[in-house]
Amino acid sequence: MTETNFHSPTLSVRSVCKTFAGLKAVDGVSFSLNPGERVALLGHNGAGKTTLFKIVLGFLKRDGGDVSVLGSAPGSHAARAGTAYLPESVAFPGSLTGREVLTFYARLKGESPAAALPLLDRVGLADAVKRRVGTYSKGMRQRLGLAQALIGRPKLILLDEPTTGLDPISRQNVYELIGEIAGQGTTVLLSSHALTELEARTDRILILSRGKLVADDILSRLRAQAGLPIRLKVWTRPEDVAHVSECLGGGRMNGRSVEFDCNADDKIQRLSAISALGGLVEDVDVHAPSLDDVYRHFSNAANRES
Amino acid sequence: MFSRILTIAGQEIRIGIRNRWILLAAIILAVFSLALALLGSAPAGTLGVDRLTITVASLASLSVYLVPLIALLLAFDAICGEVERGTLLMTLSCPISRFEFLIGKALGHSLVLSFALVVGYGLTAGLLVAAGSGSLDGLVDFGRLIVTSILLGICFLSVGYVLSALTRQSRTAAASAIAAWLFLVVLYDLALLGALVANPSSVFAADVFPYAILLNPADAFRLFNLAALGASDLVGGMAGVAETLPFDPMLALGSLAAFAGLALAGSALLVRRIAP
Repeated sequence: MTETNFHSPTLSVRSVCKTFAGLKAVDGVSFSLNPGERVALLGHNGAGKTTLFKIVLGFLKRDGGDVSVLGSAPGSHAARAGTAYLPESVAFPGSLTGREVLTFYARLKGESPAAALPLLDRVGLADAVKRRVGTYSKGMRQRLGLAQALIGRPKLILLDEPTTGLDPISRQNVYELIGEIAGQGTTVLLSSHALTELEARTDRILILSRGKLVADDILSRLRAQAGLPIRLKVWTRPEDVAHVSECLGGGRMNGRSVEFDCNADDKIQRLSAISALGGLVEDVDVHAPSLDDVYRHFSNAANRES
Repeated sequence: MFSRILTIAGQEIRIGIRNRWILLAAIILAVFSLALALLGSAPAGTLGVDRLTITVASLASLSVYLVPLIALLLAFDAICGEVERGTLLMTLSCPISRFEFLIGKALGHSLVLSFALVVGYGLTAGLLVAAGSGSLDGLVDFGRLIVTSILLGICFLSVGYVLSALTRQSRTAAASAIAAWLFLVVLYDLALLGALVANPSSVFAADVFPYAILLNPADAFRLFNLAALGASDLVGGMAGVAETLPFDPMLALGSLAAFAGLALAGSALLVRRIAP
């Protein structure tokens, strides 16, 4: 990720506000997304993710601020022509087949249905194209929705929790697809609850908490900002636990293991101290703070402020 | 624009075929009209009127009840159902305007209804002609009945869209659609007749009643068809008013068309306001 970008942003959101019956659903949110970026929008239930999506799509009017989608107003013909959207939960007409649903959306988007149909293979629905959508599992419906969003190479794709209801392998396929289309220059903004699976699959992370944007950066920098400790767990024989703990300068003893936290800067030093113990150590676990931990940190920090 | 409208219309027709709505509506119309034609027109021969024509007179009364019901059932789910299922979000995120979306729906549903009417009533007309009891005039009457039934259907499809755009849940929309049917098709007539019986020679009978009939699409439809048949003396009932009308029966046709246009325009305005 370089900070200098010669393209104009695909999506730019500046101090957008939206209030529902006195509740600030979106409160002064600003960010901008560049071509080819994969960005994850994280937030608890009701944090304002879907509201933000609907504002960007032009379905909801913002109370304040500016939104520009591909240089046009949200909801305008030009903006919609270059944008694709997958809502959080979709129920396609059950009596139509997967192929008919995809053909329908291809026509609405002004694309040739014949060119769109291979997308069903890409999302792994090749065997189900002629089956009625009513017989699809939740994961299959989700993948059909994803295929719909990929029709005609949009410049901006908004995916509202695209991996809910998918098994681990399908999730992986979804992220592979997202990587592929981002490689072709499409900006992908996806919201998710499944945080850990986003690691290494997104370029940037936005964290929304109670309508406010509390973080906007790449994961490693968010980690550094959060300053969360790395947890080391050293496994040893029960009789050596006390000795090991002493050598490593304290830490919680746990029957057969010793646990302690260290900063990212000290990690190597601590690990060499552990290896110096030689035969006393049976195994070492290094637990870097996961995206869940980072997310919790930023989300809690925002809650304490308010 | 047209390709997007046709895409929406095509989808509605396809769904109508798949969940057998079209078939069901056609069968209902065919069964009722056949029953009326075979049983109800038995005495026609003695009156010296074309059997087709007398059947059309009974079918006009049948259409008043069935066509609005079928149209409302087709339309009540069109908007709030799509909001509920989340498909409207996806459809409207495509480059299609809300007006195109609504017109597409209306076109699709009108074609579904037209197909059911042409097949259902056409079957009856065909059987009567095959049985040697039909003339060209009778067929013209039949054609007029089908075309005006479609227009009546569009009126009630539009009422259905208005209700669907005003409600958030499809269940509420279904209930309000039934209420609209009951009011416009049944209670409205009962109220008018009640008022007429209560004071038969008042200002109401002369100056209010005919126009009140004109305002309701179901009544306007019946009035126009029976007046056009020139058989109102045979049919009796409400049709008796056709001769004493202070206006040309064509006005009833105009009222029907105006109602359809206004209701459709109203639903188009409401759909613009929807947050899917």
